[in-house]
Amino acid sequence: MAPIKNISRRHFLKNMGLASGGLILATSLSSFSHLTEDHLKKETFNPNLFIELLPDGRLILVASRSEMGQGIRTSLTSVIADEMEADWSRVTVKQATGNAIYGDQNTDGSKSVRNLYQSMREMGATAKAMLISAASKTWKVPETECTAENHFVIHTTGKKIGYGDLVSTAITLDIPENVKLKSSKDFKYIGKELPSIDVHDIVSGKAIFGLDKRVPNLKFAAIKRCPVTFGSVKSFDKTDVLKIPGVIDVIEVPRIIKPFGALGGVAVIATSTWAAFKGKEALKIDWDYGANAEYTTNTFITELTETVQKPGKVNKSKGNIDQAFTKGDKLIEHTYQLPHLVHTPMEVPNAISWVKDGTCEVWAPLQTPQAARKEVADYLGINQEKVTVNVTLLGGGFGRKSKPDYVVEATILSKEIQGPVQVVWTREDDIQHSYYHTTSAQYLKASLDNSGRVTGWLHRLALPTIKSTFQPGANYPLGGEIGSALNVPYDIPNMQFETGKADAHLRIGWLRSVVNIPNAFCINVFSDELAYEAGIDPLEFRLQLIGSDRIEKTKEKFKYDTAKLKHVLKKAAKNAGYGNSLPEGHAIGLAVHYSFFSYVAAAIEVSIVDNKVKIHNVNMVIDCGVAVNKNSVRAQMEGAVIFGLSLAYYGNISTTNGQVEQNNFNDYKMIRMTEAPKTHVEIIESKSAPTGVGEPGVPVIAPALVNAIFKATGQRYRSLPLSKHGIV
Amino acid sequence: MITLNINGKNHEIDADPSMPLLWALRDIIGYTGTKYGCGKGLCGSCMVLMDGTAINSCLMPVSAMQGRTLITIEGETENLQKLQQSWADLNVPQCGFCQPGQLISATALLNKNPKPSEEDIDNAMARNICRCGTYQRIKKAIQNTAEIKIKQ
Repeated sequence: MAPIKNISRRHFLKNMGLASGGLILATSLSSFSHLTEDHLKKETFNPNLFIELLPDGRLILVASRSEMGQGIRTSLTSVIADEMEADWSRVTVKQATGNAIYGDQNTDGSKSVRNLYQSMREMGATAKAMLISAASKTWKVPETECTAENHFVIHTTGKKIGYGDLVSTAITLDIPENVKLKSSKDFKYIGKELPSIDVHDIVSGKAIFGLDKRVPNLKFAAIKRCPVTFGSVKSFDKTDVLKIPGVIDVIEVPRIIKPFGALGGVAVIATSTWAAFKGKEALKIDWDYGANAEYTTNTFITELTETVQKPGKVNKSKGNIDQAFTKGDKLIEHTYQLPHLVHTPMEVPNAISWVKDGTCEVWAPLQTPQAARKEVADYLGINQEKVTVNVTLLGGGFGRKSKPDYVVEATILSKEIQGPVQVVWTREDDIQHSYYHTTSAQYLKASLDNSGRVTGWLHRLALPTIKSTFQPGANYPLGGEIGSALNVPYDIPNMQFETGKADAHLRIGWLRSVVNIPNAFCINVFSDELAYEAGIDPLEFRLQLIGSDRIEKTKEKFKYDTAKLKHVLKKAAKNAGYGNSLPEGHAIGLAVHYSFFSYVAAAIEVSIVDNKVKIHNVNMVIDCGVAVNKNSVRAQMEGAVIFGLSLAYYGNISTTNGQVEQNNFNDYKMIRMTEAPKTHVEIIESKSAPTGVGEPGVPVIAPALVNAIFKATGQRYRSLPLSKHGIV
Repeated sequence: MITLNINGKNHEIDADPSMPLLWALRDIIGYTGTKYGCGKGLCGSCMVLMDGTAINSCLMPVSAMQGRTLITIEGETENLQKLQQSWADLNVPQCGFCQPGQLISATALLNKNPKPSEEDIDNAMARNICRCGTYQRIKKAIQNTAEIKIKQ
């Protein structure tokens, strides 16, 4: 168990924004995947997870992770309330500012619940034990005669006392040891369908996203950035801009050469967002396009394809792949091509920064408030203690809001105009100047024996790496970018995985599900192709490929269990009626993938109407350990289907001469309601520790769809998006 | 000065007549529930009701809005309030950013067509993008609202 302390009387609490007078418990985050004996023995205590019970009964949780639609504020509060036997409706959330004291605040990698679950439960159970103890002291009765229920402690005689009324006694108590956690069968909130705690504010328009934040005397700014990544301003003419009503000033923004630094450009400061946008359009700028001016994605994907069709760097090898290919009765090889993508959260990147008297305060939608704090402090040359980063609600994140370059831009401008300024990206800015999901070419080759068994499997990929954003010039993938392909859990005697070289010419970043998107696509589609080559039903063939029930060796704390992988696949197929007779022309495609330690399978039923694909239904099955909030797990799976279909149908960022060709939602299209299929979600009941939910649903969608289209038409699509093949 | 009637109240604003209603609402009057999503009438995040019909406020100059009855997500009309309740009951929102626009679109639909078919809903709501992908729940919430109204 992690150390938990009663810190109700500590002075530093003012900095956390918690009031005095309440019972405040703190723990040092024991993200149990990282918890070690050393950690437990440590004498220093750096609390980073806080709850406060106020004398009026309100319970406040300091949320260190950002809310972007995944329901984290709801999930974390429900876990505390459940163990504490608190009334969940009386729990409120205080959003933490960016501060190293909270430990890792990065909201990405589908890890918030995974890392916080255990600590939250222990905190709740500890608080409950202390309240029972306080009641027993108040009534002078043994603790064993007291129970806790719905924000009250109740004595066997029936008398009861509210949690708030116990605060003054509870704060004097020591932390009890060896507190018992509830049995899962007694859970009241965990594992149930809970409504979002923010829903009423959202539907009434009261919820404050970054764009909605206002401070006195706020000015608005729009920035014109070089159309080619890392190009620079040669000269500019602001004459026409200054004539626009509402425009105050035009300021050149320097490029800050850091992973999350400003791209640079020319900013228009105005009294309204609209005047700033208009001013930006009127700017005349002469650019030096720089080193990326020849980046044309059409040419680049051809080069990547040539790269992966030649031997590469061997990252992993088992058995003897060359021998397998020599001996194989049938050899199959295919190359797949996947494009760049961009996040387009509905709320564009934006930030308010206010530099004054040697300090800076920021309000922004951020997945990484600590990184923003550091960037601001570094830019201003001040101590991080002087920088306050307030996290608003996020109107979608998907990884874009992990990169706080827009906060740096706002800070540069606030320092310049000596007042608060809100930088707002236009949608075109968001699409043309992002940190893009990588493009890749992937070559797969397999040998089959005469009974249709796969005897050899070679996977070779090349992609511009995320590492290039942090280490310019890096041109081989990171371990995390190849893991899902490297560790494909197939029971094949001879396997080899290789990578090829690929230079980056855009800022490469992570987008929801990251490289699981292309990797799962290629693995699932190629496996399906092999099934037809072997003359075996794709479901049966895939189960054979995965093979026996076993735990795959990985370096991770979470076990990769092939039985669970097969189970979700079989369930999805069954729920979809796979193998049953379907209406004329209908076909079901399958895909399964393990990512963020969760197992997800999709079964998609399609038919072809007027040469276009029509999706009749999607069946999703997820095993994510304990589903802390079933409603949000279900919502994430439903959303993953739409996100996955948007990228399968339309997702494509292309460049010519370094310039992104897409502009807005007219040419970077999204799935709309007319194309949204009926989706059914099954959550596997589990007692295992919770694993990722926000991302693992996306990667299976595109391959399941492509596999379904093949079954329906005999046409195999080995590149995305499908719109370029005319099928959607 | 331009006079706008929003949520039952007149607002006199000093704005460039060509400024789109969206920015007058957000940056001058302070109704930030209406969102910017694309600025080109492509995503529906900025929708408001103009005389009961849903319009993209990012495209409409304030000069053309004089004498109109405007209702934003912060406003009160029967269908909007009923839909807001269904949205909460069915846990429609994820991030929530597009939902004001979705609710306005749905309100306009029910204003015109109290018993929409599934196809009617699809067509009316196709003007709104939800990047989180809450379409299935949006559709259900509209259907529920229409059913409750019919029963009453």
